[in-house]
Amino acid sequence: MKSDKLKFLIFFLLVVVAPLPLAGGYLVNVLIFVGINGMLALGLNLLLGYAGQISLGQAAFFGLGAYGSGVLTTQFAMNPWLAMLVVAVCVAAFAFAVGFPVLRLKGHYLAMATLGVGIIVHIAFNETIDLTGGPSGLSGIPYLSIGSLVFDTDLKNYYLVWGFTLVAMLLSLNLVNSRVGRGLRAIHDSEVAARVMGVNARLMKVQVFTLSAFISAIAGSLYCHVMTFISPSSFGFHVSVELLTMVVIGGLGSVYGSILGALLLTMLPEMLRAFQDYDIIFYGLLLVSMTIYMPGGLVRGIPLLFRYLIPSRGSQNA
Amino acid sequence: MLKLTDIGKRFGGLTALEGISFNVVKGSITGIIGPNGAGKTTLFNIATGIYPPSQGAVILDGKDISSLPSEKRARLGLVRTFQNIELFGKMTVLENVMVGLHTQSGSGIFSCAFRMPWQMSEERRIRAKAKEWLAFVGIPELEDVEAGTLSFGKGRLLEIARAMALEPKLLLMDEPAAGLNSTETAELAELIKKIRDLGVTVALVEHDMDLVMDICDALVVLNLGTMLAEGTPREIQDNQAVITAYLGEE
Repeated sequence: MKSDKLKFLIFFLLVVVAPLPLAGGYLVNVLIFVGINGMLALGLNLLLGYAGQISLGQAAFFGLGAYGSGVLTTQFAMNPWLAMLVVAVCVAAFAFAVGFPVLRLKGHYLAMATLGVGIIVHIAFNETIDLTGGPSGLSGIPYLSIGSLVFDTDLKNYYLVWGFTLVAMLLSLNLVNSRVGRGLRAIHDSEVAARVMGVNARLMKVQVFTLSAFISAIAGSLYCHVMTFISPSSFGFHVSVELLTMVVIGGLGSVYGSILGALLLTMLPEMLRAFQDYDIIFYGLLLVSMTIYMPGGLVRGIPLLFRYLIPSRGSQNA
Repeated sequence: MLKLTDIGKRFGGLTALEGISFNVVKGSITGIIGPNGAGKTTLFNIATGIYPPSQGAVILDGKDISSLPSEKRARLGLVRTFQNIELFGKMTVLENVMVGLHTQSGSGIFSCAFRMPWQMSEERRIRAKAKEWLAFVGIPELEDVEAGTLSFGKGRLLEIARAMALEPKLLLMDEPAAGLNSTETAELAELIKKIRDLGVTVALVEHDMDLVMDICDALVVLNLGTMLAEGTPREIQDNQAVITAYLGEE
């Protein structure tokens, strides 16, 4: 318990000081998206890493959050904070309704069904042109503000987004180390045994699916206010796959792993920019070798790597 | 306590069980025996709601529970262990037992995420209670071990601790002695008697005849999906049909 708190405190301080040496440069902008992707990956990890249920439709909840906030603030002049809350609750309710039939499915079938949800929602963004602007996007979304403090620079938005991400992490850490978290992990390991132990597996799966949609919707709202412009291409199928990759690369069933995966996969395209068109090859190679050599994800692979490189410490720990 | 009436189960064209009716008497240890393929495990799966019977009813304390899902049956006090041990392998031994206390706690997503005071005190209560059950089965020192790494014998004890944590009225044990050596089996016999003395009714499927004859008050014999005999261990030992089923005809 003590070390958990210390770990979070260190991470918290790291987040606070990270942008200082970057002096508001381009990297701060990238780190904003690490925060948003981190929230999304965290939401998916609760579902996939803890409860063991796949979703290929996370981009739909992300997009619904973004478009919900975008439409309500531009076309209905709603207060952005209120819109964020209203949208998140509505998206959660949508996920709850969808979750009941969909989460009865397992494995590939569940993947297909959630994929279907993602695609339907994506089509809706493109086709409801009156509301969303269709493929050409929705612009003029206001910045978030608290009183006279307007979140209009990268640095301000960095602290805004990471504030949300840290809260989501803290609540998730609490959750996974509790009765609910144990129930979810039990379902993951053996659903039959979990049910025989009195765990209402069906309901718990729907609940965590709903929670992950809620987190994704909040991330979506933040995204639309940070960008002030959104278009359907940001919420396509490839986004769901990218999130899945972040979770697997970062570490299934790890809160910090979700963030680490988001960090790597958000930064990587920037770092590979030097390779121009060949970056996709490096990207692919990296992913393949990571899954082969670090099947537990970065969060478990890096300590192992250190132990391997510094054998004297390793032998004591082993 | 538990009453099965005319239970039948067909898998496609295969009849796994047919016309099974018997009672498990409150406070007893009832053994269900029979050659391999007799349908014993299938019967347990039906009793605990893992799959529905094709016909017949499962009645617990006078209440028809045939259509209830497993988790509801667990809440009513019908709990089981598995032949091949179904532990939550990636969780610690203590956490496994804590899952067993799921039905006796109620914190939901919100109170857990926000660490409400009542959730924290509930968590402490669950943890203390889980430790008691580990001590009850005799493996308190293993609480921080990952359950998947336990030996078969210890895993079985953990499974019993986890099942007992639900404070069941009726505990169904599917081949509890399978894979145990003779010392472990003797300890298991003592443990099962201790469970009965706590007021828990026990029904077990078992192949180890010494164990069955030692601890069971009543026996049910299945063969090829049908009831072959029912009675006290002594009666069953002298039953000609049972001897024929086990040893073949002369």
